[in-house]
Amino acid sequence: MNMKITRLKQLLAATGFIFATGLVQTPALAQQKNDPKFNKMIQESFRADGIAALNRIDQDATQKFCSDPKFADSKQGQAMREKIQKMNMDSIKQPSDGKYIGDWKNGERIAQSGRGATWTDTAETPIGGGCYNCHQIDYKEISYGNIGPSLTGYGKIRGYSPEVVTYTWNRINNSKAYNACSNMPRFAHFKLLNEKQMQDVMALLLDPESPVNK
Amino acid sequence: MADPMRVRAAENGGIVDVKILMKHDMESGQRKDAAGKTIPAWFISTINVKANGKDVFNGQFGPAVSKDPFLNFKYKGAKGDKIAVTWNDNKGDKRTDEATVS
Amino acid sequence: MQRKLTLGLASGLVAALLTMTSSVSAQKSATDDIAKYREMIADGNPSELYEAAGEELWKKPAGPKNVTLEQCNLGLGPGVVKGAAAQLPRYFKDTNKVQDLESRLMTCMQVLQGRDPEEMIDAPFQKGPKKDMEAIVAYVVTLSKGDKIKVSTAHPKEKEMYDLGKRAFFFQGGPMDFSCASCHAENGKRIRLQDLPNITEQKGAALGWGYWPAYRVSSGQFWTMQQRLNDCFRQQRFPFPIYGSDVTIALSMYMAKTANGGTVETPGLKR
Repeated sequence: MNMKITRLKQLLAATGFIFATGLVQTPALAQQKNDPKFNKMIQESFRADGIAALNRIDQDATQKFCSDPKFADSKQGQAMREKIQKMNMDSIKQPSDGKYIGDWKNGERIAQSGRGATWTDTAETPIGGGCYNCHQIDYKEISYGNIGPSLTGYGKIRGYSPEVVTYTWNRINNSKAYNACSNMPRFAHFKLLNEKQMQDVMALLLDPESPVNK
Repeated sequence: MADPMRVRAAENGGIVDVKILMKHDMESGQRKDAAGKTIPAWFISTINVKANGKDVFNGQFGPAVSKDPFLNFKYKGAKGDKIAVTWNDNKGDKRTDEATVS
Repeated sequence: MQRKLTLGLASGLVAALLTMTSSVSAQKSATDDIAKYREMIADGNPSELYEAAGEELWKKPAGPKNVTLEQCNLGLGPGVVKGAAAQLPRYFKDTNKVQDLESRLMTCMQVLQGRDPEEMIDAPFQKGPKKDMEAIVAYVVTLSKGDKIKVSTAHPKEKEMYDLGKRAFFFQGGPMDFSCASCHAENGKRIRLQDLPNITEQKGAALGWGYWPAYRVSSGQFWTMQQRLNDCFRQQRFPFPIYGSDVTIALSMYMAKTANGGTVETPGLKR
């Protein structure tokens, strides 16, 4: 008889607890607030050096959004994600000479080089694409990173249609047109690679003669 | 005088294990600096280790040995042996450090 | 004819598989071999040369006041070096701020020896007064080797630094939109063949925070944590982080707290 009453009490307590927690509402996830103390810390902790100007820590809308991955990846952040993607897409320019495919041999060189744009570089230092830092490209190169997907066999797998060509051009120009918080730098947007360099990287991926597609 | 070496020697079963860390840039003379000028060769040329005054190791280093060289060798000896390590480099600098076998 | 075709197909498949596996095993073996190499030379870690020099500098009178650093308080009392680095960064009452090892050493050099911190801040890494700092850091961290990483956020300023550091970790900037998180917020990632610890989790944070300062074989130099952070920001195409600035201490606080419970393996040995 006593056992039954204790059991009943436990059951009642458990139900009550579940009911109570159900009533507590989870706050809607919002973007992290502007923090003056944080901003001050950032402003005062850096100085310009060489070509690395202080304005590099002034964030644009994309950087601001992606500095809050919790919100950026959330359901609530979706509307803003799409806005950021559209904004980046709208800024992309197709090649001025209409040519998409350049020289894959030079493309490989650009993919191999991670140089440029740091405070130990000069304005004359040719900026590399640093592609092998994150991607596998030519299968003969074993020193490749895995932050981005493998691009081995890129053209062979996807084909060489105008859609693939345009998509690839856009991706190289500004990867955030497709994925708001892609880890890939926006090569055209920040003038890291010029048109000719991007045409050469395109060739590395989409020239049927490129070792990537052999 | 050049920076000190780190010399450790421990005896076990009649064999002394000697470990030496040397501080030296070991420039091969093949490298160029950021301006394109060749960095002059500067490396340890010879190394000599004595235990209680008797040679137990002699070596000829050179441009093929890399920076801050680490040398490890064994010889037949005993606890309390007085080890003296001397290196000479191609600029005429030298360094001697001592240790006792533990 | 059919047999030849099947044979050709089969050998082609085997060849393809072999090339694939050899490329994958080249990956694995490259990182494994680097680990083996580290084991081999762990015995002759050139950090010991810096540590020996650092111990001498700790006991040598210096600066306008001609005093040693032997009364320096690194958080465990004046002159207590053993175990101190494992508990940094921490709040210090006398300066009323959270300090990492290097900024705290600058305080000691200033207060005890009369040395000008601006000279230390402005000096390039590996040169001038920073050479002394690097040696002293090597000495201090060696005396925490094997200890557990144990930083506290009990003091409100410590908690604040941790929060600021966490936010800074995800702060994107520069022409490549990089933040620390771009490389250090996911498991199993690497740049080229360099594995990247996931610093947002305890295990990865301990791999990062517990192994620096270290002797870096590729540059033949001993790098302190400040230098490591500095070069990260350089690669992120950021402007230059001022030596000992709040962002460096905040990030250190975030990394150390996240690494709590891990083992101090400094001074480390890196490629």
